[in-house]
Amino acid sequence: MPCTGKVDLLHILRAFERGADGVYVVGCMEGDCRFDRGNLRARKRVEQAKAILDKVGVGGERVKMFNLSSGEGPRFAEYAVEMTKKITEMGPNPIKEAMGKAA
Amino acid sequence: MIVANKKPIEEIIEMVKGYRKILIAGCNECVTVCEAGGKKEVGVLASSMRMFFMNEGLKTEIDEITLERQCDHEYLEELRNSIDQYEAVVSLACGVGVQFMAEKYFATHVYPGVNTCFMGVTEERGVWSERCQGCGKCILDRTAGICPISRCAKRLLNGPCGGSTKGKCEISKDLDCAWQLIIDRLKELGRLDEYEEIAPIKDWSTERAGGPRKVVREDVRQ
Repeated sequence: MPCTGKVDLLHILRAFERGADGVYVVGCMEGDCRFDRGNLRARKRVEQAKAILDKVGVGGERVKMFNLSSGEGPRFAEYAVEMTKKITEMGPNPIKEAMGKAA
Repeated sequence: MIVANKKPIEEIIEMVKGYRKILIAGCNECVTVCEAGGKKEVGVLASSMRMFFMNEGLKTEIDEITLERQCDHEYLEELRNSIDQYEAVVSLACGVGVQFMAEKYFATHVYPGVNTCFMGVTEERGVWSERCQGCGKCILDRTAGICPISRCAKRLLNGPCGGSTKGKCEISKDLDCAWQLIIDRLKELGRLDEYEEIAPIKDWSTERAGGPRKVVREDVRQ
């Protein structure tokens, strides 16, 4: 996506509905958005997704927002490792397991 | 517009958890503008409910539709041929739409997905406030276009009460005193002399106090 401001709550939810174990959204540094508030909008949507995932039993911890600048390649990799570690600890998305049983 | 607020997902799930085929019906009008019951909210609710039921091991089919309006026969008729296949419908329209759906499809279980709040305006995205109570006898001509029925906590007709302090109402420091707003605007318009005129006793029979209301217009009726 050209900007995290384009991330919709539905994009995140549908990823989990289709079995994603985790989703992380990486936007520019807050205050540095080319479109002024894109990354702030994304943060709100990630928070909305967290609340919903908690309520439906998937777990809000599976979605997270990160901010970094385009020059921070190593940090991007660090976030990827952090997220992978967290999701591995949490185990698979329960929806995926339920889908497997239903099939 | 009619302003509504989303019901918590868990409340909606509790209403319909016994059904295995559910339609979520949004409305393209007021509830879309106030982001409570439009196409997007239908999608979010449907996705959330699918995940919940799947996680609970309850095979449940959830379909989505968003009608142009739910307060008119012609748009609700679009459901005529498909509604019988659903065990329940969650309507994200205002209370008017939910009721009209229930009236029209008498044998269908219809549940509300939003809390209908008031007739109001969008102050800014995410902030809506009341402007009209539909009293049936508009007096905005005498109050500089600011309604004391909907915006004064006591619905006073002849100036502010003693609870008006520095332009704010005593019930909340965030709430403007409607009569202060009226006086300020009358002054701005050079019509402050109108403030001295005593308002006649209001006929409340056209308000909700007179029971459920109806407008019949023979000039347009078919």
